[in-house]
Amino acid sequence: MMSTVNSNNEENNGEDMSITTPSTSSLSSVAANHASQRQPGNAPLGSGLEARGIHAWFGKHHALENVSLDFAAGTVTALIGPSGCGKSTFIRTLNRMHEFIPSAAMAGEVLLDGKDIYEAGTDVTKIRLQIGMVFQKPNPFPSMTIGQNVLSGLKLAQIKSPKNNDDLLEECLTRAGLWTEVKDRLDAHAGGLSGGQQQRLCIARSLAVNPKVLLMDEPCSALDPGSTLRIEDTIGQLAQTMTIIIVTHNMQQAARVSDYTAFFLSDGGPGQMIEVGPTNEMFSRPKDQRTENYVSGRFG
Amino acid sequence: MSMSSLLILTLIGLFLSVRGFQAFQTQGLGFITKVDWTAGVDGGKDSFGLGAMIIGTLVISAIALVIGVPLSVLTALFLTFYAPERIKKALVTLVDLMASFPSILFGLWGFIVLMPMAEYWAKLIHKYVGWIPLFKMPSPAYTRSPFIAGVVLAIMIIPIVTSVSREIFGQTPLDRIQAAYALGATRWAMIKAVVLPFGASGVVGGAMLGLGRALGETVAVYSVLNIVFKVNFQVLYGFGGNIASMIVGKWGEASLSESKALLAAGFVLFVMTLLVNLLANFIVRRTVKTGK
Repeated sequence: MMSTVNSNNEENNGEDMSITTPSTSSLSSVAANHASQRQPGNAPLGSGLEARGIHAWFGKHHALENVSLDFAAGTVTALIGPSGCGKSTFIRTLNRMHEFIPSAAMAGEVLLDGKDIYEAGTDVTKIRLQIGMVFQKPNPFPSMTIGQNVLSGLKLAQIKSPKNNDDLLEECLTRAGLWTEVKDRLDAHAGGLSGGQQQRLCIARSLAVNPKVLLMDEPCSALDPGSTLRIEDTIGQLAQTMTIIIVTHNMQQAARVSDYTAFFLSDGGPGQMIEVGPTNEMFSRPKDQRTENYVSGRFG
Repeated sequence: MSMSSLLILTLIGLFLSVRGFQAFQTQGLGFITKVDWTAGVDGGKDSFGLGAMIIGTLVISAIALVIGVPLSVLTALFLTFYAPERIKKALVTLVDLMASFPSILFGLWGFIVLMPMAEYWAKLIHKYVGWIPLFKMPSPAYTRSPFIAGVVLAIMIIPIVTSVSREIFGQTPLDRIQAAYALGATRWAMIKAVVLPFGASGVVGGAMLGLGRALGETVAVYSVLNIVFKVNFQVLYGFGGNIASMIVGKWGEASLSESKALLAAGFVLFVMTLLVNLLANFIVRRTVKTGK
């Protein structure tokens, strides 16, 4: 899959939309290509993740209004939209990272396997073990070695993996597409890796605690095109076994990796979810005029 | 500004070493290594050895650090990661303000409130770990000891060490903190994995600044210790002293040659303090640069 995409859109791999404004037709062909190649996930999947009526505030500022979205198990959903539309805020409500920002508040329900993660008495650390997160900027722990970074989640959450550490290390790094590059220097410090390698290390780190859902908040925006493709490749592999939700500014990326796409927009007020649908439909025949304008590159 | 302070510093160093030169000349290296301090009377021979006071200075300062630094680090962690947002700002301002107060203010509180308690702690320490040579007690007199002087000093350095540590902890990169939380870390697990490795060298730098203060502390030590020129490692037992308090104790009735020796002692303290502060500066600067 990657090779065809690569040759078609080599110059569009970066994140900066101002450089390229892809036409709707090329996006929809990429999306259709992805859809045709996509194998349904075969993981022991639960019922996925479901957001119901999410609102978010920062102090008095209403950042997100009444967003409801279903993420079926084993699918990849891309959240797209211009800056400030609330998509990053939304993704951070899905694993309760939103509440770390002082003055942040939210309303609504997020159901993981039918159970609200905001229910009183819920152990939030357990929630974050099941819903992992990869951030915009690669953030490995610089005081730890590569191996320690991968296993850090086990130590931080004080849990034991059923596998032994060496096997787990190899498995996670392989799934993140990093094993062959680092297998001879697992004891080296993580700071010596390139940005793309660091980001894949962060993905491997998230995998070690065996999450059901992986949230990715613009995971490639700080990376070069080559590293971006490696990560997208990794996402394709991971989608076999888990539910992935990815925020991206890059519509090409949404077309390449996602099964579903949700379009967020703020008209000056709180951000709203305008439209959601299968990715190839979103890029070929969106229902809403605003979505059409955005994916055809008329604004944003 | 920095030039003028450098100039003053150099002048003080010069003044102390020139005035005290005679003591170095007559006593030689023994001035630092010998442990007796006798001013020759009626033409008798002077013998000035600072050894016991140098060791006393280090022992008392070490006790202050062992007690003060952990308390400071915990306080700084509380202020940075646990204190409720509403009162956090007020508490931080208070601690930073306290760090700029003369430490004797906390010392006074230490004498009155803490000393009776410290006596009790000393008894407990002796009761449970008295078999360690460090805590041996030749006679049951607990009121004045290097330990109690160290406790009072600890109180005096806590504000500055807390203030510096808090500053460093507050600079922990948010993305690392979030990475830990996103992996299911509790707050304490996050602190151990991210904040302490990041802040460690900063805490060391802060501790050195505290040590700089502890080394030069005079009144506090003078008030709780009998200045005796004998090396004392039994920290619960009632004698010892440090250079600063010794100078003050002897100055009033010093003969001409002894006062020169006291100035020379001042020079030794000057050098010790300078070294500690340079080290602190180096460590703190390295922390800021590497961000680790």
